[in-house]
Amino acid sequence: MSREADIGFLNSNHAAAEGALTAGVNFYAGYPITPASDLFEYLARKMPKQGGVIIQTEDEIAAINAIIGASWAGAKAMTATSGPGFSLMAESIGFAAMVEAPIVIIDDMRTGPSTGVATATGQGDVMQARWLSHGHYGIVALAPFSAQEAYDLTIKAFNIAERLRVPVVLLMDYVLVHTREKVRLKKPPEVEVWSRKKPRVPPEEYLPFKPDEDLVPPMATYGEGYRVFVESLVHDYRGYYVTRDDVYEELVKRLSDKITVNKHIVLDHVEYYTDDAEILFVAFGSTARSVLSIVRHARARGLKYGLFRPISIWPMDTDALLKAAENARKIIVVEMNYGQLFLEVDRVIKDKPVYLAPILTLDLPTPENILEVCRKWL
Amino acid sequence: MAVAKRPIIHPVDKYLRTERLPHVWCPGCGIGITLHAFMRAVKELEDEGRIDSSKILFVSGIGCTGRAAGYVNFDGAHTPHGRAIPYAMGAKLARPDLIPVVFSGDGDLVGIGGNHFIHAARRNMDVLVILVNNMIYALTGGQVAPTTPKGTYTTTTPFGNPDRPINAVKIAAAAGANYIARWAVTHPELLKNSIKKALPMEGFRLIEVVSICPEIFGRHIGFRAPIELYRRLQKVVKIRGKISPFEATYDWEKEIILGEFQVRNEPGYTRVLMEAFKHG
Repeated sequence: MSREADIGFLNSNHAAAEGALTAGVNFYAGYPITPASDLFEYLARKMPKQGGVIIQTEDEIAAINAIIGASWAGAKAMTATSGPGFSLMAESIGFAAMVEAPIVIIDDMRTGPSTGVATATGQGDVMQARWLSHGHYGIVALAPFSAQEAYDLTIKAFNIAERLRVPVVLLMDYVLVHTREKVRLKKPPEVEVWSRKKPRVPPEEYLPFKPDEDLVPPMATYGEGYRVFVESLVHDYRGYYVTRDDVYEELVKRLSDKITVNKHIVLDHVEYYTDDAEILFVAFGSTARSVLSIVRHARARGLKYGLFRPISIWPMDTDALLKAAENARKIIVVEMNYGQLFLEVDRVIKDKPVYLAPILTLDLPTPENILEVCRKWL
Repeated sequence: MAVAKRPIIHPVDKYLRTERLPHVWCPGCGIGITLHAFMRAVKELEDEGRIDSSKILFVSGIGCTGRAAGYVNFDGAHTPHGRAIPYAMGAKLARPDLIPVVFSGDGDLVGIGGNHFIHAARRNMDVLVILVNNMIYALTGGQVAPTTPKGTYTTTTPFGNPDRPINAVKIAAAAGANYIARWAVTHPELLKNSIKKALPMEGFRLIEVVSICPEIFGRHIGFRAPIELYRRLQKVVKIRGKISPFEATYDWEKEIILGEFQVRNEPGYTRVLMEAFKHG
């Protein structure tokens, strides 16, 4: 940390931890895993001094369930992990979505499948972030590409979680989380910090799962006399298990639709040279930094390359993507997996070719590595 | 909770969401006896001014017993299978004035959730665990449970259960729980007294309740009526005073020892953690 209190030289794990503190995190449960452990260690020193609770659980399943319980007890709660630990949380990601517990999960992606290479980078958790749990539910995933964004987007992740009562995933990667950069630690009022809606009626009139117009129900806190029952089964407004078509349909639709109708607080992306781009790259996370270098060098040589970098991966701003692709002849999706974000881009863009540039290296690809794969389309 | 309340006609009705009745449990099931004992203990404690029931957090996992959380009128949750303990732990640590109770079955707590059970006991986590042991996976139709006696017919061990049953009392003792008792639905008054004693304590408290499942366990092994299984249980349980939890035999063929096996007053995890953080 520099002399100026609001400037830090931090890796993205530590920047995200600082963002969480600014957002008001006061409960953290986690299990050690590379490359997310130093985020946990950073908060383990800081949170107790600020009145927070931080514990190491016996596994990631305990961690995710502990933060859901803490969330219902009024806490701003989070965990951080990597792909294998995220996989273990699968069932309870759906639980969090079902009981509308605001939580933040940071997934520092490494290579997979399975144990993969624990100390190498990857971006293979894109679809996992969206469809990890069974059933149909809404979820938000944000992907920073710098330590500054790790800080800013962690605050945003908490804000979205609180406002929409959804689990929010911050998708980072090995390279990003262990690269130190300058970070300006913006504080309120420069950044907004939101909290969940509380009930506006006395306990005897409160219906814990009855939504307001924004499709988000106000949330009571345990221990305050509301005697609220948090039901993982399909439930009505009271939180009671019922097996009726209309209740099931309304609930499942609402769990997704509440994100759609409030997408203005979620959608986020950055465009580089897209106005007249003939070749449009799509990339996110640390990979986008190498792609951006390609685009800038191409522009210096008069080549009309552009980059669309989604920040909200789930949901992605597909309208903006279509607009950015208007003048493009070809779209190239560069990602460190064998085609995941590609599936979403390919779904959206129907009138021109979309190519996948899978980068399966163990380290951050250089611009040359990426060009090697893309040359046949350029 | 905005619901049409039925008139209070039973002393523990105020602890029930009576509009949800009738419940799912079969005739002769022991879960109702156990839940009633719990509510009576809460009522006595609340009448004596020793507990505020609006601070109780009643958490269940999945299974027949797991349905209990939906019937009681406390703050609560019906969590994924096996995860009631870590959920309750998170809530308690985030809000230390809560009184967490985990009320769930043997499959949920010492089968799929066994690791959480061990580690919560090891931490001396502040939670009262009421483990209703019906010796079978009943809600799913009678598959073998970690508590099923060796040799028993179940739908997934049609040639007899090859596994030795787990003894939850010994596990809790080895892990370091503050309070450990085992009772049976044959002795509801002793069970109620035990809950009443354990609920206001701190740290990890286990009360195992040997229950009966006449429909899915009893009938499958030849007991035609609930009372036959109940009498069989009456015969096998033996109350022992002042013995070590490691002597608390759990053997359906020989004896199942009931009693209070461990009463300690070591500081609970919440207090230990807050104390440690103070020096941070």
